[in-house]
Amino acid sequence: MDILKKSFKKSIWVFHLSTAACNNCDIEVLELLTPRYDVERFGIKLVGSPRHADALLVCGSVNAHAKPRLLEVYRQTPKPCLVVAFGSCGCSSGIFRDSYSIVGPLDKVLKEEDPDVKIVYIPGCPPKPEAMIEGIVMGLGAI
Amino acid sequence: MKLLFYYLIFPGFIFASVIGLLTVWLDRKVSARVQWRQGPPWYQGFADIGKLLYKEVIIPEEAFGSGFIAAPLFGLASVVLAVTILCVSFFSMSEGFIGDIIVVWYLFAIPAIALIYIGSTSGNPLSSVGVSREIKLLLSYDLPMIIIIVMMASKAGSFSIQSIMDWQRINGSNISNWYGIISFAVAIFCIQAKLGRVPFDLPEAETELGSGILMELSGGVLAAYELSKAIMLFGLPMFLIILFWGKGIIGGILLYLLIMVLLILIKNTNPRVRIDHAMKYFWGWMSGAAILAGILAYFGV
Repeated sequence: MDILKKSFKKSIWVFHLSTAACNNCDIEVLELLTPRYDVERFGIKLVGSPRHADALLVCGSVNAHAKPRLLEVYRQTPKPCLVVAFGSCGCSSGIFRDSYSIVGPLDKVLKEEDPDVKIVYIPGCPPKPEAMIEGIVMGLGAI
Repeated sequence: MKLLFYYLIFPGFIFASVIGLLTVWLDRKVSARVQWRQGPPWYQGFADIGKLLYKEVIIPEEAFGSGFIAAPLFGLASVVLAVTILCVSFFSMSEGFIGDIIVVWYLFAIPAIALIYIGSTSGNPLSSVGVSREIKLLLSYDLPMIIIIVMMASKAGSFSIQSIMDWQRINGSNISNWYGIISFAVAIFCIQAKLGRVPFDLPEAETELGSGILMELSGGVLAAYELSKAIMLFGLPMFLIILFWGKGIIGGILLYLLIMVLLILIKNTNPRVRIDHAMKYFWGWMSGAAILAGILAYFGV
């Protein structure tokens, strides 16, 4: 069992989910796949289906429209899984905090669904690629 | 007892999975180097399988539960059996039997059929699009490949792996003639499609269908599928080596690396084709080339 747990840290498959983001963070994620920052060195790759994912990369302040979709995708992801709150909006809903359509930052919404959810916060608008890599490495240490 | 050893340890399950997973690493590493990236470490394939075994298995509500779990295991078992039959003949550990080359080719088709079963039972609309593409692809690449297998068998005078290899030991490898080179090129594209790699990755189409046919697979079920795909990545080039080279282990290893390089370069330099293009391509150009090779083989060129 120990070796399987170790291999979990060496192979993180990421599903990228956008919940009412301004698209800037979504573009920055692609930087991680370029030759300069190549995250495949650590076994991280993007997958197309939440069923394959080990980490959900969630960008954006969660609004009322996106909340049921976010919870559905979280339920579809096999556990154990890591949630990455990405960018200022993901961490705290950012400058949209007091808007009428926002139902709260990501962690509040997810903790209603599952109190034991593991969330990594990567602040920044958008975060730098170095910050993203450091955040994911720290998150793996916490598992 | 000896057969069980063959099946589970030496040319079978453990040997083939180790070589297959190392080949998966080679594939990802060379692809990364082609794109000027660093690429994953050598144990990446093993880590992926271990990770998937650690994760939870989710069975969709609509799915027929036991079939959903059993189908990829059937696929894995038949791929291991096919590789065992191939390797036992290649390393001259056994005589084989008449018709084993046909048995091997159809054992390699079982993972695709298992996948069609899983995709259609999972109840996901994107999976069912993937299923229809997988069926069409299976029908289209089988035709040129069967023409080639029949051609090589009629050259050797028998449908057994041993006699095809013996014939090449005496009369020179098939690949050293014109008909061999043409049919080798056709066969490379056929196994590229059979492995579901990039120009023909229509059933999975990650950006288009969100992993399509594999969409509802998770945890151990996905691990069984990934492992059978890795073993096929070892088994199908092995099949070509037997058909076209047939002698010597060192030459076989070199030809294996050549085939892998060709497969990886085709993967990295091509976009995904449409399903009607793929069918037209296999039933038109590829079958035509295979028949041309057959005519050349009849005249012994």
